[in-house]
Amino acid sequence: MPEAKVELKNVGLRYFGPDGETEALKDVSFAVAPGEFVAIIGPSGCGKSTLLSLISGLAAPTEGFVLIDGKPVTGPNRKVGYMLQQDYLFEWRTILENALLGAEIQGFPMAKARDRATQLLTRYGLGQFLNHLPRQLSGGMRQRAALARTLCTAPDIVLLDEPFSALDSQTRLALADEITDILRREAKTVILITHDIGEAVSMAERVIVLSRRPGHVKSDHAIRFASANSVRPSTMAARDAPEFNDYFKKLWQELDIHVED
Amino acid sequence: MANSDLTMPLAISPQYSDWLRRERRSRLTVRAAQLAILVVCLILWEILPRLQIVNPLFTSYPSAIWPTFLDMLKATPQQASIQTHTLSTIVATIVGFTAAMIIGTAIAAALWWWDTLYKVLDPYLVVANAMPKTAFVPIFYIWLGATLSIYGMSLAISLFITVLMIYNGFQGVDPNKIKLAQSFGATKAQILRKVILPGSVPTLIAALKVNAGLSLVGVVVGEFQSANLGLGYLIQYGSQIFKMNIVMTAVTILAIVSSLMYLAIAALEAAVMRRR
Repeated sequence: MPEAKVELKNVGLRYFGPDGETEALKDVSFAVAPGEFVAIIGPSGCGKSTLLSLISGLAAPTEGFVLIDGKPVTGPNRKVGYMLQQDYLFEWRTILENALLGAEIQGFPMAKARDRATQLLTRYGLGQFLNHLPRQLSGGMRQRAALARTLCTAPDIVLLDEPFSALDSQTRLALADEITDILRREAKTVILITHDIGEAVSMAERVIVLSRRPGHVKSDHAIRFASANSVRPSTMAARDAPEFNDYFKKLWQELDIHVED
Repeated sequence: MANSDLTMPLAISPQYSDWLRRERRSRLTVRAAQLAILVVCLILWEILPRLQIVNPLFTSYPSAIWPTFLDMLKATPQQASIQTHTLSTIVATIVGFTAAMIIGTAIAAALWWWDTLYKVLDPYLVVANAMPKTAFVPIFYIWLGATLSIYGMSLAISLFITVLMIYNGFQGVDPNKIKLAQSFGATKAQILRKVILPGSVPTLIAALKVNAGLSLVGVVVGEFQSANLGLGYLIQYGSQIFKMNIVMTAVTILAIVSSLMYLAIAALEAAVMRRR
């Protein structure tokens, strides 16, 4: 097995507040191989998003280590691209200028970055909207612009924090398909946080289930679909595959969600 | 799809042209009423003193203002021309609110940068803002002298509210936008330059609106005390020698100046907001 791209070793995180300490994560360990697409699911409030903050270097663990390419994470890392729950496009910037935000911050040569952003946006069907403002675009288009912003700095690792949660359900399915395809083709290492089991099974090749707070790894599932030439099916095809429902049921039981609490 | 595509150019239906006509009529009604109020006020101001219902010595007449104005266009050995007075007030106001905007934004940025500084200074800022700054006119006169005390008053009256407004605007920028910039490794200076400042443009314009009015108040009040130039001085001088024509002419010019300032800022706002 190649060296892990992202590795968490006995990671714990406690929040401090005037009312005391809150233990968000406890003894979380897992490794993600280069090019792997992993989904993390768990009950709400289990610290899923906190995990991404740790991997992106925006927060530091109170216990344990987070490693990227074998090196401890000490702050935001250029290898990591982070997509938040909403697009958070800046309303005062055009779509192209928005896509260039990361490149500007990281001091890329701007002429090159501009070419790359234009290329990405065009590939995602936004070629005619480069000089439009975010408010002139639909939710799905905005999220694709946010993807271009994330990938413009060419990160190896992409963190997705429920990136479709603000979209309507049709757009959500279509965009999940599209984004999964893009990320697989570019061989990115992807960690997806979601509360949607169907999304996890159809997009990822591995699903990690977190327990309720304090979150720790409850189980780890490889998602395999029997297919002709061992090519991973598209998310749409995966949803139609016979294995889909089996995985769905198994993960649903694992999540152990009771409506009353 | 893009919102702008939703309003397709259709052939105008009779209902739509009806709607357009009603809209136009309601706009005209508002304009006519606004104009009527102005005209009625001017007529009352002209007629009441003439009928001796109010004492003309106290109010002058609108019809007296134009001749007075023409008269004051020429400078005399004792008195500068009305243009010089007006220009002096306008320049002091522009200097005042420009300084308040620049210094206020800088202070707000410092408070944003050092959170502890804000926590320490917060009560002082609130009290300084609530204090009646006009009480300081005589003190500023002693400290700063005739000219500088006018700028000082103009700045003092608008600075604190500017700091508080802009700081609140900075705080109101979506923390997720900051998180996004941080995830790319943005430094604090980059967050200020690329997220906080451009994200606060609507607040900056709101502050400018408040400021322009307050600075004018500060300048006029400052001129009451110290100047031998400016519209505030003319008002003070005219009332001392009981020449209401002079006072009312200066007041009328002040009204016109503040209207023009309002229009200029509204135009700036429209230009900036078109991009949002």
